Amino acid sequence: MIEIENVRKSFGALEVLKGINLTVAKGEVLTVIGGSGSGKSTLLTCINGLEPIDSGRILVDGVEVHAKSTDLNKLRQKIGIVFQQWNAFPHLTVLENVMLAQVKVLKRSKAEAEAEAAKQLNHVGLGEKMSVYPSRLSGGQQQRMAIARALAMSPDYMLFDEVTSALDPQLVGEVLDTLRMLASEGMTMICVTHEMKFAREVSDRVAFFHKGVMAEIAPPEQLFGAPKDPELQKFLAATH
Amino acid sequence: MFDTALTTNDLIFLAQGAGMTLVVTAISVFFGTILGIIFGVIRYQVGPWWAAPLTFVLDVFRSIPLLIQLVLANAFVTTVLGWRISGFTVACGVLSLYTAAYCAEIVRGGIEAVPATLRRAARSLGMTWGQDMTYVVLPLATRVALPSWIGLALGVMKDSALVYIVQVVELLKSTQILITRLQEPLFLLMICGLFYFLISFPIARLGGYLEKRWSND
Amino acid sequence: MFNYNFRWNQALNSLPQMLEGALVTMEIAILSMVIGISVAILLTLFRLSGNRLLYAIATTWVEIARNTPALFQIYMVHFGLGGFGIHLSPYLSLLIGIAFNNAGYLAENFRGALKAIPETQTRAARSLGMTPIQAFQNVILPQMLRISFLPMTNQMVWAILMTSLGAVVAMNTDLYGVTSDLNARTFRTFELFAIAAVIFYVITKVITLSARLLAARLFRY
Repeated sequence: MIEIENVRKSFGALEVLKGINLTVAKGEVLTVIGGSGSGKSTLLTCINGLEPIDSGRILVDGVEVHAKSTDLNKLRQKIGIVFQQWNAFPHLTVLENVMLAQVKVLKRSKAEAEAEAAKQLNHVGLGEKMSVYPSRLSGGQQQRMAIARALAMSPDYMLFDEVTSALDPQLVGEVLDTLRMLASEGMTMICVTHEMKFAREVSDRVAFFHKGVMAEIAPPEQLFGAPKDPELQKFLAATH
Repeated sequence: MFDTALTTNDLIFLAQGAGMTLVVTAISVFFGTILGIIFGVIRYQVGPWWAAPLTFVLDVFRSIPLLIQLVLANAFVTTVLGWRISGFTVACGVLSLYTAAYCAEIVRGGIEAVPATLRRAARSLGMTWGQDMTYVVLPLATRVALPSWIGLALGVMKDSALVYIVQVVELLKSTQILITRLQEPLFLLMICGLFYFLISFPIARLGGYLEKRWSND
Repeated sequence: MFNYNFRWNQALNSLPQMLEGALVTMEIAILSMVIGISVAILLTLFRLSGNRLLYAIATTWVEIARNTPALFQIYMVHFGLGGFGIHLSPYLSLLIGIAFNNAGYLAENFRGALKAIPETQTRAARSLGMTPIQAFQNVILPQMLRISFLPMTNQMVWAILMTSLGAVVAMNTDLYGVTSDLNARTFRTFELFAIAAVIFYVITKVITLSARLLAARLFRY
């Protein structure tokens, strides 16, 4: 379970998170929508401790992320994150990309890591591309590789930060299909996205962020069908 | 402070050495740059095949220790040709060619950085080769080349420390002479190093600044 | 044509000795590069550490190496340390002097290379649970060395050329030293140094060529 309690966060004078309260249960798929600058991506990087927070707290399975005593490297093994920019390691093959952290962080043997990497790569449909370097892959393939790389760490939670935003339109579908597959398998996921159709289909709940505040959270039918917040109404009208 | 046997006369001696370093550097950079521009333009203009002999000769200057170039040139001029010529002249001659070898590369790189489309545009406006070179290529190539050229000039100043081998008493050699006499190596070397540093460091910074500023637009 | 009798045969008789000197020259250059690269990585880490003292040490090293003559640096190692009562052999003085120079120039190259690697690479590595050191070692370092490969090759050529500076510390087993000694005995200055020049030229070409072959094998991405 991920519990977010009254989290505030500023970059300089700009307050990007103004007291967020949110709980995500095991097995839940939560999507977060909102305009740019609404704080939704920042929230994700705070959850796995890549960004510090100013006040409040975030608990992952009861462990406080930003407590001094918390071993972040250990915690991050449970929380996979995939970014808008896929960040393939260019000097490693696709297979090695997925193996690296398993060997170095989880201390798996090469053989174990390779078996797991192959499994995950097949899972995301890159079984054929294991021995090539990332520069030979399309953006969509690189993004799927990044997903496999995160999954290979056997995380309990997956965070997706606008994973399709940097892709050419014709490549968006393959990545969303991968996310749909994960959702159907019961993975606990938080997806920050601009893809409304996707949000409507896969989510258990959808949260709408506006200017650092979570303005509304509801199951998709309700949020998209009968939005209450006036800003959300404007937002949906503009995106449809 | 330091307890030193260094006298005013010794300081003047060091200053003369520093002066020699600067004179040799200035002369070599001046002639080396002119030659380098000529060689660089030729290399660019005649294409890789015809420029091959020139390319080879310039590469030789960059692949053999400067110390050996100086010794060889000195031996060739004085013993083989039998000319009566000063070490100073030999030093400036060799260092000029050495500078030219690096400068030609910088010049060629600068010219190549000017987009061909821009040059075609200039020629299509009726400019002659000379006008195109003067008004289009020169200003643009200079921007690319200047930071490297500053680095080269500083490199020549540092490398000029090697001309001691042909009996030119520049800064490092005069320091060495004083060390032998006064037996205060650390103190004297610090003065010597400081001199190089105080000239090189600010100019290198300026070069870095220009490079950053000009690569941003 | 010249009033000078070239005696190439006499000079060529010394070729075996000179080639032995060439081996010493290569040995010094290679060792100085191994030390130089290791220290340059360390200096790069110092600069990244955020610790002011370490940053100052690294910056001072780099600026002295880049803004004073290599000859001065070798001199300083030999005679400057002598002022502290540390007396090194010519071989060690030359090796340390060149390694000092290499480390300074390479650290500056590494700095430039790091700028070309996106911040997000470290972020991605950290998000997989790697420690900062693991991220540097496994993700940043290999890319940094690849980007710096050409400058490293150039520095290696420089290291070869710099071995000639051993002359000022009475080094006499390297190619320049051997040639210089032979010259003192036979006075065939032009012939001897011309042969040395050819050997130096060949060595630098071999290095540039093997570096190119190595790069093709090493960097397939």
